[in-house]
Amino acid sequence: MVDQKGQQGLAWRRTLVFAGLLALPLLYLLVFYFYPLEAILRASLTGAGRLEPALLLERLLSPGNLRVIRFTFGQALLSTLLTLLLGLPGAYVFARYSFPGKRIIQALTTVPFVLPTVVVAAAFSAVLGPQSLLSRWLGRGFDLRYTFAAIIIAHVFYNYTVILRMVRGFWANLDPYLEQAARTLGASPWRVFFEVTLPLLMPVIATAGLLVFIFCFTSFGVVLILGGPRFATLEVEIYRQTINFANLPLAAALSVVQILFTLGLTLAYTRLQQRISHSLDLKPEWVTQRRPQTPFEIVLVAANLLLMGVLLLYPLIALILRSFRSGLSPYITLFQNPRHGIFYVPPLTAVGNSLRIALMVTGLALILGLLAAAALSRRRSGWLADALFMLPLGTSAVTLGLGYLLAMGRPPLALRGTLGLIVAAHALVALPFVVRSLLPALQSIRPSLREAAALLGAPPTRVFVEVDLPIIWRALAVAAVFAFTVSMGEFGATSMIARADLPTMPIAIYRFLSRPGAQNYGQALAMSSILMLVSVVAFTAIEWLRPPGTQTF
Amino acid sequence: MVLLRAEGIHKAYEGQPLLTGVSLEVERGEIVSLLGPSGSGKTTLLRIIAGLESFDSGRVTLEGQDITKVPVHHRGVVLMFQEYALFPHRSVGQNVAFGLRMRRLPRGQIEARVREMLALVGLQGFGNRNVIELSGGERQRVALARSLAPEPRLLLLDEPLGSLDRTLRERLLEDLSAVLRRVNVTAIVVTHDQAEAFALADRVALLHETQVIQEGTPEDIYRYPATPWVARFLGLSNLFTADVVGEREVTAPFGSLTFDPGDFARLVPEPGTGGTLLILPWGIRFAEDHHSENMFTATVSRRIFQGRTTKLELAIGEERLGMTLSMEDRMPREGERVRVRIAPSALRWFEQDEVERVKEPVSPPDLGTASRTPS
Repeated sequence: MVDQKGQQGLAWRRTLVFAGLLALPLLYLLVFYFYPLEAILRASLTGAGRLEPALLLERLLSPGNLRVIRFTFGQALLSTLLTLLLGLPGAYVFARYSFPGKRIIQALTTVPFVLPTVVVAAAFSAVLGPQSLLSRWLGRGFDLRYTFAAIIIAHVFYNYTVILRMVRGFWANLDPYLEQAARTLGASPWRVFFEVTLPLLMPVIATAGLLVFIFCFTSFGVVLILGGPRFATLEVEIYRQTINFANLPLAAALSVVQILFTLGLTLAYTRLQQRISHSLDLKPEWVTQRRPQTPFEIVLVAANLLLMGVLLLYPLIALILRSFRSGLSPYITLFQNPRHGIFYVPPLTAVGNSLRIALMVTGLALILGLLAAAALSRRRSGWLADALFMLPLGTSAVTLGLGYLLAMGRPPLALRGTLGLIVAAHALVALPFVVRSLLPALQSIRPSLREAAALLGAPPTRVFVEVDLPIIWRALAVAAVFAFTVSMGEFGATSMIARADLPTMPIAIYRFLSRPGAQNYGQALAMSSILMLVSVVAFTAIEWLRPPGTQTF
Repeated sequence: MVLLRAEGIHKAYEGQPLLTGVSLEVERGEIVSLLGPSGSGKTTLLRIIAGLESFDSGRVTLEGQDITKVPVHHRGVVLMFQEYALFPHRSVGQNVAFGLRMRRLPRGQIEARVREMLALVGLQGFGNRNVIELSGGERQRVALARSLAPEPRLLLLDEPLGSLDRTLRERLLEDLSAVLRRVNVTAIVVTHDQAEAFALADRVALLHETQVIQEGTPEDIYRYPATPWVARFLGLSNLFTADVVGEREVTAPFGSLTFDPGDFARLVPEPGTGGTLLILPWGIRFAEDHHSENMFTATVSRRIFQGRTTKLELAIGEERLGMTLSMEDRMPREGERVRVRIAPSALRWFEQDEVERVKEPVSPPDLGTASRTPS
């Protein structure tokens, strides 16, 4: 039949367009993601020039390495549980009560999440170290830096908002009539919570918890800086084996373990996340929220707000205050080269490097992300392709850095030490955020709009400019800010591949933090404060630009 | 015997009165309908009785016991929500079993009761179904089975058919009525739809602007609306300013009418009193004999075909008079002149009231086409 032939032709065309759009992003993934991973895998299996798979196990099965793996799991599990314990009551308070200042408080709670790890590490070294407010209360000997507790506290600080945002969003839309129906059927408030509320929330709690676990599992900067030499997660161990001991085969072997774990966790996360969005009809928030009335409710709300203040806000304020302790001098010296050393790079150069890189990353990530999102939005059931572009999110940055060290040091891609390689790494890390921002916006465009434009005589590129672009520009701006911020704060991959004379801001902060002396410390805090300001401004822009009703993660 | 007594309930929210001095009594085994437009406070009253909402003053007693301080789950009062609030994480059977489990009944007894309830609402074999897969009508019946299963002392239904489309609503209305009567439950049904209220309830309480404005059997309310507003709400729109001029005579703008003192008003007004006259539409018929009283010549100004009935708008001079025809009646064309007679027993009288106020747009609910706005 003629008609059927036409149909087939159309289907062919669609597949061709899909493939065409996807070609460049896929090529990028292939070169800057899979090729380095392959290099890691090869290095982990190679000994004395020969491929020997048995070497992998041999390298890994030392008591030291097993301890690292155990520690990585243990701290991630503990951090996740503690974050859930503290975050769930907060999510409840935000979901079910309305009170003055709620919107601002809610926005503020998200600030920690967007901060670069080095900034967080700097902030907590200010809060947990001697000379802090805490040590003044608790006595001279107080110093929590370089302890297990410091790592856990910083992880809770970081991820509290993940639980808060994801669970709150779901809980706030949960039909309160379900709980009320259970009440009138004879269930006590506790019974209602365990029989109705908790089971309905479980998918989102599991998803949010898994995400926090992934973040803590791949935590690098916090453990490296705050944990000190005694503690090492897989990430930190890969870094040390590479940078301190130049034991690349072992680093590669550890990376393989890291990749396998994060790959599994990320896949599980994508599957879980797909399940929560569709299964319930959700209620608008004005139906579900009210003012706290009874004394118990008021205390509950107040206690949670206090916790957020102490946990989330205080470290940031302490960071800024400490950076001004010796006046403006740390800020002024940022612009000088007091030591006139040849190898000394003035801090201002780091700022310049970071800005330059971030701008290039933004451009590159937007192009790749737009192509990928345009392709993905044309397919209805594309969770595999979707997961493909989410992979970098679940891959540890240090592993990526190691891959670049191994793969890009030799032809055909001898990029080691170049600015371009840092840009490539950052763009890869930013890509999932860009795709996640653009995809919902593109999917929200009804096909009939494009069809109408085409019927009115617009060729495909014109359709994109006239129909898609005006609708997605906000999402595009959000994606751009995301890419910029990710690049400004990226530490893990950069720490592996940046040349000593080509530092970014996070690298400079880390160096200042790891050198002794009050002046270095002051400079680290000053720079962290600036970086924090950049992140907060960027985040505010994202919140302001974001189309209503879209999700962060 | 009185089961539920609500006395002088007042409630305001953020300065806005929701209920002002509402009282309601429900006898054991009785089905009472709270009828009113959205915003009249009927759902608020229902939620107060369930214990889901606080109130500012007044008293609620169940079997003589003040239940103001009794928590929701100890009241034995089950509320069936408008959108049913079925637990999406539980099967049909588990939903129905929920209230029985809360009563800690032995498992065998629960299973038997669930089967019995599903059979009652015509959903045999649905026990293992996922509630998300059900159609609207099936959900409504699961909600009903779940609500009835624990044998509540009092069942509250909030717009039980409000979430369904029209044809389904009409069919399920009869089923619902039958089930409620078969299990002999005491129930309060909130609805904005008079047809629903009349079909389900032994007695109707009409709420208007936070107060109960009239109470009675459906027929009483329809035959003897208490105020012009009630008349309008029920779709009775032949209201005129009028004066009583004799023992049995009233003058409307289009002419003089004889009324039947027995039906006209509780207290027949003195001649010379001004007020509002209501002409019930079924009292207007085409004149076939040669009566002289209450006869008028009118022009058919509009004819609106509504399915089972047809509405005629008659013009007598400047005035408009509505008349309802059934299918077997003679159908005059628009513009045709007709003779009509108005039965003396179809005239009602409201003192002082203000036709002006009545002429304000009060939502005129047509039978069956009432909007689906939640209240």
